[in-house]
Amino acid sequence: MNAITPSSKFLWQVKREFWEHRGGFLWTPVIIALVMLAFIAMGLVTAELTAQRAGFTLNGIHIDQLTSHIDAGDMAKFQGALDVGLITMGMPIRIALFVVVFFYALGALYNDRADRSVLFWKSLPLSDTQTVLSKVAAGLILAPALAVFGMIVLQLGFLILFTLYAALHGINALPYLWSPTHLIAMWIKFAVLIPVNALWALPTMGWLLLCSAWARSKPFLWAVMLPVVTGVIITWMQLMQSFSLHSGWFWQHVIGRVLLSLIPESWINLESLKSLDHAGADPSIALSNLFSFGAIADRMASANFVIGVAAGLAMIAAAIWLRRKRVEAYA
Amino acid sequence: MTAVVQAKGLSKRYGNTAALDNVSFDIEAGRIVGLVGPNGAGKTTALKAILGLAEFDGSLSVLGLDPRTHRTQLMEQVCFIADVAVLPRWLRVGDAVDFVGGVHPRFSREKCEKLLARTKIKPTQRVRELSKGMIVQLHLALVMAIDAKLLILDEPTLGLDILYRKEFYNNLLSDYFDEQKTILVTTHQIEEIEHILTDLLFIKEGKIVLDATMDDVGERFAEVMVNPDKADAARALKPLYERQIFGKSIFLFDGIDKSRLAELGELHKPSVADLFVATMKGTYA
Repeated sequence: MNAITPSSKFLWQVKREFWEHRGGFLWTPVIIALVMLAFIAMGLVTAELTAQRAGFTLNGIHIDQLTSHIDAGDMAKFQGALDVGLITMGMPIRIALFVVVFFYALGALYNDRADRSVLFWKSLPLSDTQTVLSKVAAGLILAPALAVFGMIVLQLGFLILFTLYAALHGINALPYLWSPTHLIAMWIKFAVLIPVNALWALPTMGWLLLCSAWARSKPFLWAVMLPVVTGVIITWMQLMQSFSLHSGWFWQHVIGRVLLSLIPESWINLESLKSLDHAGADPSIALSNLFSFGAIADRMASANFVIGVAAGLAMIAAAIWLRRKRVEAYA
Repeated sequence: MTAVVQAKGLSKRYGNTAALDNVSFDIEAGRIVGLVGPNGAGKTTALKAILGLAEFDGSLSVLGLDPRTHRTQLMEQVCFIADVAVLPRWLRVGDAVDFVGGVHPRFSREKCEKLLARTKIKPTQRVRELSKGMIVQLHLALVMAIDAKLLILDEPTLGLDILYRKEFYNNLLSDYFDEQKTILVTTHQIEEIEHILTDLLFIKEGKIVLDATMDDVGERFAEVMVNPDKADAARALKPLYERQIFGKSIFLFDGIDKSRLAELGELHKPSVADLFVATMKGTYA
């Protein structure tokens, strides 16, 4: 019969997560992209109508004359600005990805216990380790990959709309908007950022899965209230001056890490962002510095990053252990 | 014959109550065993122990494996249907077949599709669109397509109408069961399955109170309908249970010579349900 290997079983389990969460993983980014494109198209139509009503027409020849004066430096600046625009355009998709994966992880080891379908999955020859890891992979690799797909759809749609709009006015925008090297470099960066984000998000993923495997009811309350209440107590003790731990540090490095690390690219160094701001630097250069391979490697080598990965793996191991023990506890 | 399940000194406590109290039993290959007991007697706990879904004390070997440490391996040989409606509601029928085929080495896709073709279930339907009876049909089709050695059924027909219940057990007997397979079933609808059982295990308050083959049951137990004048003589033989019907007394005896009982009145073979009521009397008192 068909060969069944541990890795083929694992892929089936990831596929199962996709079946269950197709709406959140695939349709959410695709629909956000399509809605945004519809708004952009409406904006272009409005702009066109307003321009006509006001009596000034965009004249292709004038624009061409304009662009003929653009030198290489201006062109690079334009490309940089376009990159910044294309990247920030994906923001709603990234925010949605955070929300979707956060609630996915909270329910991943809880919902099937609540509806008892866990008994069906446990009646199959699947190890708990593989089951939990397939959920980690679905949340940290598959969902972000589909979000990147959504962002690419959005970027291409945007570029096509503007190219068509320009063509309507007799302008050939291809050389300005469509730079294959820029686009491909950007998409490669998107792909590289998926595993970087995944490693950074491990503490949050681990914590949410742990709560999901542990809670007998209301995993959301446990996952959010436990760290927040702890933080409030520590802040209060600091105010009472009976405790030397700096509460701001705790909020940022413990609570922030276990609850918010799923936010895409939240590992970037906010300090360096501030200094760039003050320097009044070109945003495109700031952005490319922030996401340069050197900067990524730097962040990954930081204690914050490494300790987070270790803590995340430990919590995932605990979630696997709980998954094995806690079958009887129904909601 | 080799034992498929060997339990020795099985114990499990929930707080102060013992769900299983030093239970020992063997289940031989090729048998259909009814595990019968009132609510809360420990049936489900015993099944969970066998399936490696619950911790327990004592020793338990299922197909030569310890379910606590070799669950994944064990589940290649053991199937179970626990209660109704444990199939996830979002799952599509076709995906369910693909998935089980993808992860189970002993699953036959052809057999599953053949079984599903007999029902009204369509591959594009989701579980939530199916009726309770159809969900059980789907689950049974998935499980029957797996060539497992041990099938565990925990109230598999709960909440189904009689047509589905009859069909369920008919399918199981005609298309699944053979001497290589063993079935362990719990149900409260004991009258409906007593003719298919080969063995009985009665469990009461965490203890096994009857462990016998159906043949033994016919030998050991007898029911006698006694006229009032002989009732005292019957009571002297220490019946397990006594009930009244149409002014006569019906006594249930364990291990009393049939010829002696025949002198008292009309002999019957007791039904498993009567035996159950007799054995479990006082459970809820």
